[in-house]
Amino acid sequence: MKQKRQWLAVRKDLLPTQARWLTLLSFLLPLLIWSLVSYAPFVWHPKIKVTEPASVTWFQAGMLIDKQLFFDEVNKAVAQGNPVPEGLRANPVYLPAPDEVAVAFYTAFVTEPKRRSEQWLHQSLWHSITIIFWGFLLSSLIGIPIGILCGTFAAFSKLQEPFVEFFRYLPAPAFGALAVAILGIHDGPKIAIIFLGTFFQQVLIISNTTRKLDTSLIEAALTLGANKMQVLFRVVIPGISPDLVRDLRVLLGWAWTYLIVAELIGTSSGITFFITQQARYNNFDNVFAAIMMIGIIGLVTDIILGKLSKRIFPWEQSQNKA
Amino acid sequence: MENLELPSYLQQSERVSERFKRLKDREVILEVKDLYKTFESSQGKITALNNINFKTHRREFVCVIGPSGCGKSTLIRILAGLETATSGQVLLDGEPKFEPGPDRGMVFQGYTLFPWLTIKKNVMFGLEMKGKSKASAEGEALQWIDLVGLTKFVNAYPHQLSGGMKQRVAIARALANQPRILLMDEPFGALDAQTRFKMQTNLIDIWRNIDITVLFITHDLDEAIYLADRILVLKGNPGEVQEVIEISVPRPRKPNHFLSPEFLATKKRLEELIHPPHNNEEPDRLNVIRMTRVGDDVEDADV
Repeated sequence: MKQKRQWLAVRKDLLPTQARWLTLLSFLLPLLIWSLVSYAPFVWHPKIKVTEPASVTWFQAGMLIDKQLFFDEVNKAVAQGNPVPEGLRANPVYLPAPDEVAVAFYTAFVTEPKRRSEQWLHQSLWHSITIIFWGFLLSSLIGIPIGILCGTFAAFSKLQEPFVEFFRYLPAPAFGALAVAILGIHDGPKIAIIFLGTFFQQVLIISNTTRKLDTSLIEAALTLGANKMQVLFRVVIPGISPDLVRDLRVLLGWAWTYLIVAELIGTSSGITFFITQQARYNNFDNVFAAIMMIGIIGLVTDIILGKLSKRIFPWEQSQNKA
Repeated sequence: MENLELPSYLQQSERVSERFKRLKDREVILEVKDLYKTFESSQGKITALNNINFKTHRREFVCVIGPSGCGKSTLIRILAGLETATSGQVLLDGEPKFEPGPDRGMVFQGYTLFPWLTIKKNVMFGLEMKGKSKASAEGEALQWIDLVGLTKFVNAYPHQLSGGMKQRVAIARALANQPRILLMDEPFGALDAQTRFKMQTNLIDIWRNIDITVLFITHDLDEAIYLADRILVLKGNPGEVQEVIEISVPRPRKPNHFLSPEFLATKKRLEELIHPPHNNEEPDRLNVIRMTRVGDDVEDADV
């Protein structure tokens, strides 16, 4: 009997083709809604773009006017027998259409900076990536070992975690001014904000992951003659590494969320500088393009890390399947 | 069972008693002296083990049985050094032991193979902990893997193996350390009946051919009788040694021994000890009312 294609089976895997369609759809659906709002004139479009000012003196071609205001003027013109202004329904500037953003996505990279002090987009992006990299690296270099120690030895856990638990409720951006005072106005405080935003969560998440390792594996190692250090390095660390990589993938996402705040501190820089600058010029197509670039970079690094961990931990992957 | 004419479970044939004499002449490997274990709980103090005393001789196979919650797992964990006794001593070759060590190999019910290591690396683990070189550890590991018949799987990962195969790897891994005693905590409890019987036979084959003493925990009476020289019967609340039974079934044991008079007599005794008759009342029956037609019976009709 042929297997019936079910879309909503509780806790069952989808067929590969089904899964592929749904993945595609998860991106297509938002795009479809966006296109609908942008291209279908009867959906939303709260503004009127003036094409022919006619008798209304303060209208100009290309002007965006509130619908109500425009119709008031039209009624006035009709009543007075003057030429009637014309216009098309339009969305506000802050919602560019997909095609505009697509064009901006390309032009943003090839447009020369307006002032000499400003950077090309790819330079801004690269700067943001280096900030994330250093902030996340420093956090991981300290956070991973402390997390593992806390998850392994109760003494470390009691010594560290109450304070960490307290500190993680302090919003990292609140330390902005302090970071600038200590580390100057350039990259130092930005890296510090990423660090503060990531580190405390990292310690807690990794210590939890470490604690979740099956105790019986540690007991087995002890009965096989392993000492404490051997248990730590030969059992705990290899045992948690797949979960550790998974944690780091989640935490890296958090680091990106702190980036925008971090880059506003001191001298504004990186992709955030580009976004705020473009928003000031009302180039919202560029703003959208830049936001999407962050999304794409995030998604691509996550996919790469995911593939990498499947390759490094072959035993994990098939264990999940079984 | 009551209608069968059975000999006393204590009655041993000449060959069997001669074997026990040989056994008792061997040196004592493990000795448990006045062992107590109490837990503090919200309901107050709970005595898990109450004055446990016993000895095992070299190359002896001892099974520990008892109802669930009688503390048999606690006992073996104390022997392994994974838990500490409230008082009393565990002596291995006369030396008191408090910490886990490679001199007491342990096989757990849940396999506990390291999932990130291949079968070979799993078996090499203990040898490497001892500081053996990789080459010699590998050579030894391969021999132990061969002993449990898994040479084809040396480079496989644990998740690729069936439950019975995983437990054979766990046994090889424990034996590779050449422990003085092999502690087994319901090792075949998670296996299906056929695999379990195969594993029991494999274990006997290994045990009779190498210099190893085994302490084996189970709640399966047949398993205990099939494997053991002596059975330590525990009773629960508090956990105490109720009786130590020398199994009169001759060795080598064969499947047809399961129906032999010695086997049945021993099993009857164990049943009495573990499920004592409740004043002739049938315990814990469900109060189910009849929901079928009169005459539509599945059991013998009343006469």
